Amino acid sequence: MIAPVRPKVELLSRAYVEKVVDEALALLEREGVFVENAEARALFRAAGAPLDEAAQRVRIPIRVVEDALASAPATIVLSDRAGLREFTVGGDEVHFDPGSTATRVLDAGTQRERKAATADVVRLTRLTDACEHIHFQSTALISADVPEIVADSYRLYLGLLYSAKPIVTGTFRTAGFKPMLDMLIAVRGGAEALRRRPLAVFDACPSPPLKWSHLTAQSLIDSARAGLPSALISMSLTGATAPVTLGGALVQHTAENLSGLVICQLARKGAPVIFGGSPASFDMRKGTTPMGAMETMMIDMAYAQIGKHLKLPTQAYMGLSDAKIPDAQCGFETGMGAVLAALAGINVISGPGMMDFESTQSPEKLLIDNDICGMAYRLLDGVAQREEPLAAHLFDGIRPDTQFLTMPHTRKWYRIEHRMANLADRDTYDAWEGAGRKSIGDRAAEQARALLAAVAPNLPDPALRGELRAIMEADARESAAAGLPELP
Amino acid sequence: MTETNPLYGRMTEAVVAGDAETAVALARQALDSRLDPQTAIERGYIPGIRRVGELWESGDYFLPELISGAAAMKAALAVLGPALGATAAAGLSRGRIVIGTMEGDIHDIGKNLVASMLSANGFEVVDLGADVKIDRFIDAAVETRADLIGLSALLTTTMLGQRRVVERLRERGLRDRFKILVGGAPVSRAWASEIGADGYGENALAAVTQASALADAARRKP
Repeated sequence: MIAPVRPKVELLSRAYVEKVVDEALALLEREGVFVENAEARALFRAAGAPLDEAAQRVRIPIRVVEDALASAPATIVLSDRAGLREFTVGGDEVHFDPGSTATRVLDAGTQRERKAATADVVRLTRLTDACEHIHFQSTALISADVPEIVADSYRLYLGLLYSAKPIVTGTFRTAGFKPMLDMLIAVRGGAEALRRRPLAVFDACPSPPLKWSHLTAQSLIDSARAGLPSALISMSLTGATAPVTLGGALVQHTAENLSGLVICQLARKGAPVIFGGSPASFDMRKGTTPMGAMETMMIDMAYAQIGKHLKLPTQAYMGLSDAKIPDAQCGFETGMGAVLAALAGINVISGPGMMDFESTQSPEKLLIDNDICGMAYRLLDGVAQREEPLAAHLFDGIRPDTQFLTMPHTRKWYRIEHRMANLADRDTYDAWEGAGRKSIGDRAAEQARALLAAVAPNLPDPALRGELRAIMEADARESAAAGLPELP
Repeated sequence: MTETNPLYGRMTEAVVAGDAETAVALARQALDSRLDPQTAIERGYIPGIRRVGELWESGDYFLPELISGAAAMKAALAVLGPALGATAAAGLSRGRIVIGTMEGDIHDIGKNLVASMLSANGFEVVDLGADVKIDRFIDAAVETRADLIGLSALLTTTMLGQRRVVERLRERGLRDRFKILVGGAPVSRAWASEIGADGYGENALAAVTQASALADAARRKP
């Protein structure tokens, strides 16, 4: 039997990858990075990196970066809330998670964006939990009905309550890490158990060009010490906060991510780190950050290839759209992004549900995107040889009236070889018209309602719920935040 | 004024080309040859920035040309400004704005675009940079006797700080002294009106239009 080829796309030659890495290393050694966090600077100083304390500027010798690369793990294993399902993040494994940290939700009824409330976050989390092809959840939506000071811990709290999937999250304040860590420890039953089987990834974004803020550097240090993976999310804008050429942007992206990797490894050798990002091809007319631009996707695919070359797990914000309603643009940008990201073998693909430049989540789009992710997985499975021979035996004694519908071979393979359509329209025109001329958005909204009605919330046991609630309430109290909303 | 001087045309061209070096050299040359700085600004540089605006509107210019033009204008004004008499300077100033990016947000590309366009259009810009604390905006506005405060946020999370500035101004009894202009990728008109800001600029040019309207309204106030 001939093994199937896993379809794969690489944009860069080996020489190009090495050139980007060489320039990035030279940039870190010559110009360095700005680090606003004193603890991080102390780590650099201890590692022998030349430091200008007044300018908060660190020049990182190549050997320090190389040491960090040598100690960072090539793969990370995340496991779900119950510790039952494990997911390898590394190699060419592909996992999708909803694009993170929207503040608005697209209301299916009015087709307008509005602020999200707790009920919206719960709804989106429950739907994510039900999506077969979306392996991870993320703290995808911020609810506006909680005090802003605890917005970071609250969204993790809701995620851990309403979905069992591993979760991509992040802090909005340095004090946010502790309650968030406490919740994760509560789920795992201990700090050591959490370290062995991480449940969450903490995103941390350097500020382009070449800066780590106090908050994000602290997140790297805290996550590393807790054994939780950090995803390095460089987010340069071509021609605005980074060089305008794709190659130039890649050098900066690589340098920013490598400097973050060093902070993590200096905080704790062997800390899990994901080489990620959310760069964009800056729109020179609108001043916006299009995630659906082909050039954005090309930078993503290229830096992921560099991450793989450096033997690190990878992440990208792909499979999302800048459209404001679930229209043709929404579909084509998401479809291209998800498929290209899968072909690039990016380990964590953050996108489903997200619209309008990473600002708005749509539960309906999430369900449509789940289908897109399913199609991408099918593509990755490639063309298999199922039997030996491929087909010669099926034509034995062929007659003019031979058909394949009733052949045992068909019945044996059709469900494995072909995916059934879910939300995509494959009706005849008359059948589609007879069903009410519905768009895919209409069908997704119906499916969302049906799923939420049919499936009970995937809650943890009452004892853990109480423990999580207590941590959340203590955080709100210590942050002098007013009361928390009732859960639906 | 009917005075014509070939320098004016070259000043205009320098701004249109976004050539700050030449714009500055021409400004120095104007001072050396004892040209009236106000006339140089009005006949040399302002037609340039106006032309840049037209080329932007017609779709021929994009942000790199727009912002380079604004930077050239700003550089020339920095040379000529000190030579202006107090009356002329006041006449040319459209208002003073304290501007910065919210605390926790060290992305300041959007704010920089707006600051450049405001300077180029005659505003005195007090740029506080990025990661600016709530009270620092207010203190700076009080100290510099500003007309407006411009609040920029690129992140959905730091956008929330814009509301706190408005609240803090009220707490300090200063809300009526300053007009508040908000902007940034996640910011919308609805958000601006919800938090009680006075204006919202969806892009750098719109911010200039809004700021001008707010500054004019403020000045008409008794």
